[in-house]
Amino acid sequence: MAIEVAAAQIRPKKADYDRNLAAVGDVMEQLSHDQPAADLLVLPETVLSGYFLEGGVREVARPAKQVFEDLLRTYRNRVREPGAVLDVAVGFYELADGQYYNSGLYATLTSDGTDAEDARIVHVHRKFFLPTYGVFDEKRFVSRGRTVQAFDTRLGRTAILICEDAWHSVTGTLAALQGAQIILVLSASPGREFGGKSIGNLERWDVLLKGIAEEHGVFVVYAGLIGFEGGKGFTGSSRVVDPWGRTLVRGPVTEPCIVRAQAHLDDVAVARAATPLLADLDAALRDVAAHFEMLARPPADTRRPHER
Amino acid sequence: MSARLPILRAPAADPESDADLKINEPVLAEWLIAFLRDEVVERRGFEKAIVGISGGVDSSLTAFLCARALGPEHVIGVRMPYRTSSPDSLAHAQLVADVLGIECRTVDISPAVDGYLATQPDADARRKGNVMARIRMIVLFDLSAALGALPVGTGNKTERLFGYFTWHADDSPPVNPLGDLFKTQVWSLARYMGVPEAIVNKPASADLIVGQTDEDDFGISYARADRILFYLLRGFTVDRLVEMGFPSSDVMLVKSKLDSTHWKRHMPTTAMLSTTSINDYYLRPVDY
Repeated sequence: MAIEVAAAQIRPKKADYDRNLAAVGDVMEQLSHDQPAADLLVLPETVLSGYFLEGGVREVARPAKQVFEDLLRTYRNRVREPGAVLDVAVGFYELADGQYYNSGLYATLTSDGTDAEDARIVHVHRKFFLPTYGVFDEKRFVSRGRTVQAFDTRLGRTAILICEDAWHSVTGTLAALQGAQIILVLSASPGREFGGKSIGNLERWDVLLKGIAEEHGVFVVYAGLIGFEGGKGFTGSSRVVDPWGRTLVRGPVTEPCIVRAQAHLDDVAVARAATPLLADLDAALRDVAAHFEMLARPPADTRRPHER
Repeated sequence: MSARLPILRAPAADPESDADLKINEPVLAEWLIAFLRDEVVERRGFEKAIVGISGGVDSSLTAFLCARALGPEHVIGVRMPYRTSSPDSLAHAQLVADVLGIECRTVDISPAVDGYLATQPDADARRKGNVMARIRMIVLFDLSAALGALPVGTGNKTERLFGYFTWHADDSPPVNPLGDLFKTQVWSLARYMGVPEAIVNKPASADLIVGQTDEDDFGISYARADRILFYLLRGFTVDRLVEMGFPSSDVMLVKSKLDSTHWKRHMPTTAMLSTTSINDYYLRPVDY
């Protein structure tokens, strides 16, 4: 099965949900006129609001259901062709059960005239690793997601990671072990360190995304935010990486664009057969889990009784 | 005994090496141009920038970056000499304007400075320098309002870390492309951007006092200060720097300048009285 993947990098207007939703609508509309028809559109972390909001998170956070309904309405306003279907993954600040999260919504959108039952929220991933160091302050403003969960879509088994999630190799491992064949990485990565061949954080992303793809034999679709927020500029470079770790297409660092590639999911099995690291891990999983279990045990209480 | 194996040893730290301060000039230039376009035009809605051009390398490089980012027709350079300012400064500022083809205005700050200082006969050189710097900011912001051009700052990271600027004067423009670049990196980027050699090669000077140079004021060269600052900011201890080969007196000199000027890199201290105290509890980014 081959799916047509698109990742868009756009410059959101700070805290302006409606305008950013309209910008996403522009992308959907443009894609609807591009051939072959896109099956999946991936958008960056916090694309509906901008990333650095501090306490403003509480003003722009929305329930996933509302974001889905707004995306669906936008899609149906912009794409008039009957029978059109588009899966989207979009980063947003979420309000859920009295807490705020940095989340990624995966939804199937359909145009008017299509069976309305097909349009649905498929999954919401809440960022698992919240960077809170240096320029980052996420734990102060949002709560941490508790799961990394692969999920079934009409296109194949998929997982979402958000930015720092993907800096920990264990998240890609968890997703792949759950059967994900496509890993979507939504990112807002501020550029820093200009002494190397490219910007420091991008050099890191190059290693990470290739590493996830080739270790687990998965497609990786990366959508990177662009634009400057208070002097901190995001480094775009949206891309699609195949299960051998080859970058099929890559966007620029600072300019808006849509990158497109065809992902042959048959390649997943071929790549994994050639380098069966995932199968090796799966076979050793019980031992690996035992190690983690041991490491996660609470430390022994070494205080003497009278100190308690 | 079998054949001896070659031993490949990692090089020892070299306090004279510039390797850690190396910048990728083309990538950095494009980044700062994108920064200026985004922060000046997209985020703040200005078409034009105004830059106080002293004739030194920082303001010259800033003008070059602004001209590339916004187009020379959208950049206004302002020369603001005091009567004791070096003629070279004025000439070099004009050279920048000529090379770039930007509008250049000249405002002699002597009457304003002298008018105030006439009431302060005891003012020493430091106070006079601060008055000049603050008058220059009055001019820059007033012309900003008159011309609809956003002031762009020119301070570099070394002088910010040394507190070598007048608080709420040189540091006040709302957008600054160079503030995270050490002085030696500014020189490197300036050469890449084509800032005239006469400007890049001359000794850096605040030009507030006749014959003054930054390095004389500091008591250490920029090259050495930048390397020490680089490691101190990364969390290296004084002992570690000395172990790496930096003279202890240099490390202590840099550290004392750094440690005594944290206040200059912050907004004024406000008495916190509530759980909605601005910038303590009520947190919104500058572009919110």
